[in-house]
Amino acid sequence: MQHLLWLIPTLPLAGFLILALGRYLSRTTVALVGVGSVSLSALITIIIGVNFISNPPPSGAYSQFLWTWFNASGFAPKISLYLDSLSLVFVFVITFVSALIHLYSSEFMIEDKSYARFFAYMNLFVFSMLILVLAEDLLLMYLGWEGVGLCSFLLIGFWYEKQENGLAAQKAFIITRIGDTAMAIGLFILFYQFQTLHIPALLQGASNKWQIGAPIACTVALLLLAGGIGKSAQLPLQTWLPDAMAGPSPVSALIHAATMVTAGVYLIARMHVIFERSPFTQHLVAVIGAVTLLLAGCSALAQFDIKRVLAYSTISQIGYMFLALGVGAWSAAIFHFMIHAFFKALLFLAAGAVIETQHHEHNMFKMGGLKDKMPLIFWTFLAGAMSLAALPLVSAGFYSKDQILWYAWSAEKGTAWLWLAALIGALITAAYTTRMIILTFFGESKTPLGHLPGMRITIPLVILAVLSITAGFIELPHNFGQVTIFSDLVQKTLPETRMQAGVESEFAFQLIAAIIGLSGIYLTWWTYAKNPGIIDKLKSQALPSTLHRLWFSGWFFDTIYNALFVKPFKTITSINKNDFIDQIYTALVQFTNTLNRILSLSQSGSLRWYIMGIIMGSIIILTLNILL
Amino acid sequence: MAGGLLAWLSGKWEPYLPRTIALISILIVFGLGLTIWISHASLSFYDNDGWIIDFKRIWIPDFGISFHLAMDGLSLIMVILTLFLGVLSILCSWDEIQERQGFYYFNLLWILAGIVGVFLATDLFLFYFFWEVMLIPMYLLIGIWGSENRIYASYKFFIFTQASGLLMLLAILGLYFINGRNTGHYSFDYFDLLNAEIAPTDAKWLMLGFLIAFVVKLPVFPFHTWLPDAHSEAPTAGSVVLAGLMLKTGAYGILRFVIPLFPQATAEIAWLAMLIGVIGIIYGAVLAFAQTDLKRLVAYTSVSHMGFIMLGAFSFNELALQGVLLQIITHGLSTGALFILAGSLKERLHTRDINKMGGLWADAPGIGTTGLIFAMASCGLPGLGNFIAEFMILMGAFKANIPLAVIATIGLVLSAIYSLRLMQKVFLGPKTDEHSIKDFSLREIIIMASLTIAIIWTGVYPQPIINTVNSSISKLKEYYSSAVMIEEPIVKKEIKYLPKSIDNDGK
Amino acid sequence: MNTDISISQVLILAAILFSLGLIGVAIRRNVLFMLISVEIMLNAAGLAFIAAGAKWNQPDGQIMFLFILTMAAAEVSIGLALIMQIYHQHQSLDIDKVNEMKG
Repeated sequence: MQHLLWLIPTLPLAGFLILALGRYLSRTTVALVGVGSVSLSALITIIIGVNFISNPPPSGAYSQFLWTWFNASGFAPKISLYLDSLSLVFVFVITFVSALIHLYSSEFMIEDKSYARFFAYMNLFVFSMLILVLAEDLLLMYLGWEGVGLCSFLLIGFWYEKQENGLAAQKAFIITRIGDTAMAIGLFILFYQFQTLHIPALLQGASNKWQIGAPIACTVALLLLAGGIGKSAQLPLQTWLPDAMAGPSPVSALIHAATMVTAGVYLIARMHVIFERSPFTQHLVAVIGAVTLLLAGCSALAQFDIKRVLAYSTISQIGYMFLALGVGAWSAAIFHFMIHAFFKALLFLAAGAVIETQHHEHNMFKMGGLKDKMPLIFWTFLAGAMSLAALPLVSAGFYSKDQILWYAWSAEKGTAWLWLAALIGALITAAYTTRMIILTFFGESKTPLGHLPGMRITIPLVILAVLSITAGFIELPHNFGQVTIFSDLVQKTLPETRMQAGVESEFAFQLIAAIIGLSGIYLTWWTYAKNPGIIDKLKSQALPSTLHRLWFSGWFFDTIYNALFVKPFKTITSINKNDFIDQIYTALVQFTNTLNRILSLSQSGSLRWYIMGIIMGSIIILTLNILL
Repeated sequence: MAGGLLAWLSGKWEPYLPRTIALISILIVFGLGLTIWISHASLSFYDNDGWIIDFKRIWIPDFGISFHLAMDGLSLIMVILTLFLGVLSILCSWDEIQERQGFYYFNLLWILAGIVGVFLATDLFLFYFFWEVMLIPMYLLIGIWGSENRIYASYKFFIFTQASGLLMLLAILGLYFINGRNTGHYSFDYFDLLNAEIAPTDAKWLMLGFLIAFVVKLPVFPFHTWLPDAHSEAPTAGSVVLAGLMLKTGAYGILRFVIPLFPQATAEIAWLAMLIGVIGIIYGAVLAFAQTDLKRLVAYTSVSHMGFIMLGAFSFNELALQGVLLQIITHGLSTGALFILAGSLKERLHTRDINKMGGLWADAPGIGTTGLIFAMASCGLPGLGNFIAEFMILMGAFKANIPLAVIATIGLVLSAIYSLRLMQKVFLGPKTDEHSIKDFSLREIIIMASLTIAIIWTGVYPQPIINTVNSSISKLKEYYSSAVMIEEPIVKKEIKYLPKSIDNDGK
Repeated sequence: MNTDISISQVLILAAILFSLGLIGVAIRRNVLFMLISVEIMLNAAGLAFIAAGAKWNQPDGQIMFLFILTMAAAEVSIGLALIMQIYHQHQSLDIDKVNEMKG
């Protein structure tokens, strides 16, 4: 069964080719090709996955060699796919969530004039993303890595008539490209260290050759990390993600929530050996995660655009994953990735449906009272929100996030500070989630409804909602039944989390986390629902209003980058538009021309001047002759 | 084979006959070239010394000048590229050129003949002859069929390349006499001169003579300024030939002449050349960002990409050289495509100013899609040929000089910036013009499709090209290593844990 | 035969004549006068030759003078023809108005 592996990425590619080359396809055909190709590969993934789990390959991984990309003096990257439990989880999430989102889009985008183009891009994206996670060679992974960047660019700027969409798309591409470039340098170093970019060989080589804390390991890890934070929108390269919400909602759900932005998490998990060889970098990963989740969480609190709230929330949740990776809780990070993919995709899709029925109104303050008017959307959204806010016991998000909180304290590399940051983050998360729900669904209605979504939108929502609630039960803490299906699977590839000696019972931490989460919800409920005036009162004061502006602008990162990089670059280029080197040559030309003009002055055409010249010349020569 | 070569050259000298004959003759030659390639692809390129065809006629025996053409993998690939782009350039000037068609195609074919000759000549005198042959028709091409500012541009082009060409002539003569004095055998033949023993100082000056000629042609910072003018004023086919082929003669010259003839002297200035290359990469990219003229923009991207060639050629290792070869080819394809694109846009909009464009995707998704593909190719997106080339060059350069390679890598970010700006300004954004434009015609679709297929092919499976040039590259490697024996900074440790699968990959 | 006239006196006369001619060429604006001045200069040079020939009793000086005479005749005929043309074209003999060669 597993030789079908190549079909998983090929199907979306074929879909892309059909959609890109075939003109004048009817909308039904387009939807059929677009949704069908991805759904088929989801189906194959499930079959292969079941097969993989029921009788795992002896080496723990299955690899399929397709062809040698090229072979130039020892550098011979191969086009080959590699399936182990880590990539299996990713492939499953990607294909499954994509299939649902494609189904959703087939209705959501039906009015759009570039229906085929949309699905072509989406299929291309799924293909690139699958290549990214299935690649056995880092170079091939880099192909997927850049490919998803391209698709993200195309899809953010999908509605290209609006200038700002294009700018947001450019910003996303360029910022991630900065990270990618650092990553490319990392690949160079790796190649010269090991003469190959074949991932298993690299990992084995790194564990044999490098000492823990070796400077070379540290450099490589830092460079790879740079690539990861670019793609995963972590500090300090996070600024592109909120702007990326200019794309259609399904795009935000698929690319900027569920899959592409977690590529950084995948990269770090995949190259975990190298990160373990560099404790400094690994700690840095945790710190970046912690800081990012706090900053982004605060920013989420201040937004009024529902999609921007979700965007900042995504940054913050990926911060959690980084934190988990940083403390060595590999399986917890991957678990949170999966759960997050479910509930964040759900939230984006539901938000998209809300926005659609509210006549493209993004502002939450202009929504309200939608609870009774679109109950299905409300309940599914609520399910996702519960998971995001990590409502104790009933939501999947609780189990995954609790695991991270627990490891942030108790893992060997965890510290109290990281735990505290994560805890405060949990409070903020609960707060902005509740705020979003109250503003959108409660209170009085402010905008009249458009037409309500149909089946193809609601079915994916319901499936995702069910998953957001129940997916957590495949991995339960030991004091609640101790189900470890997920970590058993993942730990075939990733090492187990090493714990500190002598930590107190997990239960206390769960309790604290639960209380914090609930109090966050209550606090927000109290402010927004019970005492609506209090926010305005706060805003009129100096400190909170500054804070609000700071948070709203995403901590002024954009402004700073603008002033530091964008403006100077633009100024320099516009000054030097005409190429000062060329001016040198032009100056040379002008000098010659001037010389010519001066000399040609002497040719006045007046005969008497010439005669005078002759006379003067002879006199001078004669005088010289006599004198010397 | 010798007869085929003769037909090759004479077949192109079809003067004063319009486009059909031009197309047919070049197609015949292209077919010939392909046949040679395919028939040799099966043969091994590794045995003997890699020369596939050798054709020699005595020309002016008194001075040791002979009509000596020879072909190895390197020149074979270059010739194939020349003919491929030649076919396309004739196709793309099909409707663009209305005046004096006969003379136009005469010039175009002469240029192509000159370029093919440059790639094949192994007699230095003959080489110089072909070098000039391609120059003058190009001057006419720009001067007669160019746009508004054509006279200025053509003069600039001519003076730059001619002045540097004279330096090369001096160097050729110098080499001729020095070698003749040392051995008593006066000859312009490449193979005779290859083993010439030259005093280091002389070698340095001679090498500089050659190098400057090639570097101006390439062009590399700070000699690049003729390029944007020549490109923006030339007719479309002229730009295509200029960017796709004529620049490559510079690169070819470096690989074929500068390095093998003067390995020692080249090694000494390698770091400087790499530095210049890196400056070119960054500088070209920064300037490309600022341009508003579509063709100028593409021209500056050429400068940037040529910087990569410079960097790779002087990195002194096989990987980088393979990358250079690929870069030569893929840059020819991608830039050629961008120029054709610019030409067809100009035909429709009558402007090259990108500020006056915008939102063209809506009317012309075909143009938009190809524009996207080639803009992405020029910013090095994996899966397209340029990525592999640049990656290999950077990897090779990384081995030779880490700081420079890292700076060059920044060029990747800059290239993304200008490519996206190009896309945004031309195809995306709000529409600025009320008129709707027509999408590609069938002829243009054929041109673009063949280019697209070629660039994707080089991006996904470049192995045939790599195999073809392998022998030439490894010969070059020998010259290097003879020169750089002294220092080999990278530690090559035996690696035992390589998986076995690395070895048995398909060739 | 009066041999009182010394060579130096003749040469001084020749020099004066030559200078007069030179000044005439330089300051006259009428082409005709310039031509006449050139003639004067030629004759001054011829005088100097004759004086020198007399001094050393050599025939060379007189031969040179004959050459100068022929040349002057040729020069005058061409010069006058040119002047006629100039006059036809410009209706003037002012040399400053004929600066067509101005670069």
